[in-house]
Amino acid sequence: MNLNWQFIIDSLPLYREAAWTTLKLGFWGILFSLMIGFICSIVLYFKVKVLKTIVHIYIELSRNTPLLIQLFFLYFGLTKVGIALTETACAIIGLSFLGGSYMAEAFRSGFEAVSKTQIESGLSIGLSKTQLVRYVVLPQAFSVSIPSIGANCIFLLKETSIVGAIAVVDLMNVTKDLIGMYYQTLEALLMLVVIYLVMILPLSLILTWLERKVRYAEFGN
Amino acid sequence: MHKEANEVLLEIKGLFKKYDDMTVLDDVNLSINKGEVVVILGPSGCGKSTLLRCLNGLEKIQGGDIRYRNKSLVDKDVNWQEIRQHIGMVFQNYELFSHMTVIENILLGPVKVQKRDKNEVMEQANQLLDRVGLLDRKDSYPRQLSGGQKQRIAIVRALCMNPEIMLFDEVTASLDPEMVREVLDVILGLAKQGMTMLIVTHELSFARAVADKIVFIDKGKICEISDPDEFFTHPKTERAQHFLNKFQY
Amino acid sequence: MQNLGINVFLKGRNMIRLFEGLMVTARIALIAIIIGSLLGIVLGVVWTSKSKWIRSVCRIYLEMFRIIPILVWLFIMYFGVTTVLNIDLSGEFVSIIVFTLWGAAEMGDIVRGALESLPKHQIESGKAIGLSFWGLYRYILIPQAVRRMLPGAINLATRMVKTTSLVVLIGVIDVIKVGQQIIETSRIEVPTASFWVYGFLFILYFVICYPLSVLSRRLENKWNG
Repeated sequence: MNLNWQFIIDSLPLYREAAWTTLKLGFWGILFSLMIGFICSIVLYFKVKVLKTIVHIYIELSRNTPLLIQLFFLYFGLTKVGIALTETACAIIGLSFLGGSYMAEAFRSGFEAVSKTQIESGLSIGLSKTQLVRYVVLPQAFSVSIPSIGANCIFLLKETSIVGAIAVVDLMNVTKDLIGMYYQTLEALLMLVVIYLVMILPLSLILTWLERKVRYAEFGN
Repeated sequence: MHKEANEVLLEIKGLFKKYDDMTVLDDVNLSINKGEVVVILGPSGCGKSTLLRCLNGLEKIQGGDIRYRNKSLVDKDVNWQEIRQHIGMVFQNYELFSHMTVIENILLGPVKVQKRDKNEVMEQANQLLDRVGLLDRKDSYPRQLSGGQKQRIAIVRALCMNPEIMLFDEVTASLDPEMVREVLDVILGLAKQGMTMLIVTHELSFARAVADKIVFIDKGKICEISDPDEFFTHPKTERAQHFLNKFQY
Repeated sequence: MQNLGINVFLKGRNMIRLFEGLMVTARIALIAIIIGSLLGIVLGVVWTSKSKWIRSVCRIYLEMFRIIPILVWLFIMYFGVTTVLNIDLSGEFVSIIVFTLWGAAEMGDIVRGALESLPKHQIESGKAIGLSFWGLYRYILIPQAVRRMLPGAINLATRMVKTTSLVVLIGVIDVIKVGQQIIETSRIEVPTASFWVYGFLFILYFVICYPLSVLSRRLENKWNG
């Protein structure tokens, strides 16, 4: 099994650019997911009427359908009814639509971990509702949510591999093109795997470390 | 203990409280004068903790009235945030904010709620911490402290708001026996300084030492209100007699 | 417009073709879930071994799937393995292999977690009454572990069903591919076909996955709540 190293070196710039695209999409996807997830979890936490139902429906739709179909619908389907979006926009919207529900779940479990007695304790020193949320509920909820937020970030970064299906020039598309055009299959696949390892392995290790840390720093009283 | 002018701070009239169909407090009448230490005794589940929680607005009541300085606390427009600054509360499980250091816990209320000057509060906090012997732990996190230490900090946190009344809800019930003393000593010290307090406890000898007035509650009703010596030597009701007997070997 | 949309499905054999495509998807998912679960149970039991080496190998095997996206694995198998071994594998076969291996890894982790969460004294009291290794598993560990792992296992099945959507990207004629063919052929008569077909596929996947999610949540609440 001889690898064509020259080919690997020559195609490096292509991969670098594609990796950059993947990271950019991942960044925006994660950012918007966090925002959507946070808003949804707040709506659920305060049991806001009507909105609560909408959030529930959104979460179920998002969690029980594949990203690929969400992307196809956004990219090919909506164009036909007059909503034309660029492939980048579709990719970011798709990732955010998917990730939002996962992040909502992460935040929700954080909120649930804040005990009723901690809240009463906050009330007893005269904190207002907003102060209570800001100084007690959010900081405690966040630290509980961090491991699952981290896991969701890795999940979303991996899911970016699918956006190639709607013509975004990502790692998958570059790989496919190189295989199709030059038959340098192993070289192209090797680069693909190495790049995903480089992007995700460090995150995964940090996450393992964080999980351990959170577990040892158990709150409790 | 000393009694100051008979100025009524807190007055409870015909208080009625139920959870679903279960009546927890039934026609409770009690008034607390300034500087008075009132200890509430009674068997588990008699409603004594619930009574304290009502006084801090943590439970809704279904009937009767609670008046603080002659202002009703059952009005819809009552500002609990304001009231709670005057009525401090300490809980059974300390409930220090687990993500904050000791000093952050103490400063939160005075600085954010009362908008007082941070340096001034810091000074007061240091004095109080020194008094309970925990000045060196002020940058610790709650998880690094023992139960007794946490409870003393919780008392300091409530005191730093300069409340007029302190409510103590079974504050030694979760503590290991050897730590009970250090917490009770702090409360005893407060009594000597003339702090108005309402204390729910199971520590009978402490109750006798600290109280100006013993209130005995059973099944949601006040059975008797007595002078401590009288209560422990000649309880007026059979129920109180029965209750006291259980603690004797 | 609405009429036109629905016509897409009613025209010719379109509905039947979609159903046939769905069967391909279902075949891949079912075979992978069943074989993957069985392999995963074996893996999970092996994983609880005291040997550090065995545990590390199992862990690395799982992490390979946790770190490298499934689509990349499909590419590796479909393009890479076929090249190295110089054989021809159908997309469907490759899909089944990848999903099975992935399912086994995740299932192994679920089984391991369930077994390790069992209280130690249960094992000890099992040994105390003289149960053999197999007897211990057969009568004590497995019945208790099943309750702890079933919600997670159903959740995994939902994820696998959702992920079968990727097989279209390595040329499998699944329900999505059939949908795309229908869009192609009716492009002129029904310009909005892609809206309706993809909308239909969206709902189709939801209808399959939602009940599984609900079931998993119910069991979770019932047994672990």
